[in-house]
Amino acid sequence: MDHGTVIEATKAVVTLDVALPGIIWGWMITLNMWAKSIGTGVILVGAYLLYRHKKEDMPNLRWLMPLISFVALNVFLLFTLLDLHQPLRMVNIFLHPHWTSAITVGAWMASLFTGLITIMALIGFFDEFSDVRKNCAVAKGIRGISGFYEKVFPFVVLLAFPVTMYTAIIMAEASARELWAAPAESIQMILAALMVGSASLILIADKWSEAARKDLAIILAFSVLFSFIMYMAEYFFSFKASEVEATLEYVHSGGEYFTQFWTAMVLGYIIPFFIAMGSMKVDNRVLMKFAALTTLIGLYLAKSTWLEIPQMLPLS
Amino acid sequence: MKLGFLVDLNLCMGCKACEVACKVENEVPLSSWRLRVKYIDIGSFPNTTREFTPLRCNHCESAPCERICPVSALHYLENGIVNVDNSRCIGCAGCMMACPYGAIYMDPETNTADKCTYCAHRIEGGLMPACVVACPVEANIFGDIEDETSHISRYIMEHQSFGGGVQVRKPEKHTSPKHFYVGGGNDSLNPLAHERIEGYGLFNNITHLKEIGDPHHSVLDRFLTPIFGAHHDHDKNEGFIDMPNSDKHESHEEGGH
Repeated sequence: MDHGTVIEATKAVVTLDVALPGIIWGWMITLNMWAKSIGTGVILVGAYLLYRHKKEDMPNLRWLMPLISFVALNVFLLFTLLDLHQPLRMVNIFLHPHWTSAITVGAWMASLFTGLITIMALIGFFDEFSDVRKNCAVAKGIRGISGFYEKVFPFVVLLAFPVTMYTAIIMAEASARELWAAPAESIQMILAALMVGSASLILIADKWSEAARKDLAIILAFSVLFSFIMYMAEYFFSFKASEVEATLEYVHSGGEYFTQFWTAMVLGYIIPFFIAMGSMKVDNRVLMKFAALTTLIGLYLAKSTWLEIPQMLPLS
Repeated sequence: MKLGFLVDLNLCMGCKACEVACKVENEVPLSSWRLRVKYIDIGSFPNTTREFTPLRCNHCESAPCERICPVSALHYLENGIVNVDNSRCIGCAGCMMACPYGAIYMDPETNTADKCTYCAHRIEGGLMPACVVACPVEANIFGDIEDETSHISRYIMEHQSFGGGVQVRKPEKHTSPKHFYVGGGNDSLNPLAHERIEGYGLFNNITHLKEIGDPHHSVLDRFLTPIFGAHHDHDKNEGFIDMPNSDKHESHEEGGH
């Protein structure tokens, strides 16, 4: 202790207290949100591209879109489970659901979504590689329901919206953390899904038509732009709530979270925006892949900062 | 019947008898608390005062922890108590994130959420909560706030109109706490109104827990322990907390508060 410290007469100082909890939801929840954004984002962006372009313009989309989503959703589910202190009791969400909880509603929706995506991924894969497991009964059965893919796809796209957004409602229900407000977080979740959805598809779009790739660049540019604007507005102009101000003070005052936040903004938002804007005029696949990677890294860092800083605030 | 709690901070002398009684009654593990008494110093020497604020679950009428709990482990009892069923808890920590009062902890022995239940087990048997019994100055007042003849109701009515009145913590959260304070001020009830300066603790410099729940409960343990049982020594307190002057010590500053 620095005994030369002067404390103002009007200031109160805690002189005896218990240790407070530190970070409760840490990197696993960040990874959970990040992976879910990819899982739903590729479906949302893929659906838009399929609406705008012919399937032949994006030859690998039908099987890679659900496959990427499947992998990302399983990462999301795995880390959701690992973050629980009693993971084997996860089954209680299905046996004893409490429907006012966004965690419950989200778990049910995400499970249904993952189930449907699994079927789509299997159909897409076995249709694409017709020589694989030719004589296998399961593969034959899956090939036999090939038409189910197109029938269920509109429902999956609709379901992708609430699956993307329910984490925002969980954060809003965490009413101790005023930084997280449902309207802003819901929009940020959708924008995050569009960001990493387009970024993930950019990585597999080498053989796609120029028009389809241009659409990916447009989606990436506008989603990072709007998300960046929202972060800036929250970062600089959250004047109304004293708790939000106190939370943001952690970032404003420098240190680890300041560096992390601005690294996230540069990598995830500023760099991809300018590269994507450039790619709308002149198609540059290498640069777009670079932008896709920085977007994926930047979003993780941004989510991590935004998740952790409200937890630094003492609640009592 | 709606049970409520009132602490008269004018009477509280910070003896921590309530805190100890709670620990013993509920077998609250090391590094965890259901009830704590926080000391706050105000002013500059020699014009200083020390305030004591007992902090526990507020048993809100609109409890964010109950709303966010995915499995109803946190639930209301008919008498208004927000109770917790450890056997159902999945340990998602949603309640810890939702509680605006920081009143919920992850029990390092059961790895489930836990908190003050107003000693629901004692009340069921017609007894008062342990902290009420232990208080030497009767600063803790407990009873039915719907019964206008109860001690707590009369105390609230008597103190509503003068002094600082009867207060609750963070009324802006609209949680309708059923835990009241008499004689409290912004300094004692608003956590943003006072600072936690490193090194100003009376007995230690511990500011933040290193782990939530059991620090020895690895990801693998989380799956294996329910099946095969715990294999480590729970008596060891190492790792629960950031020990000052330890090589492992990591400073977690709380800048600005």
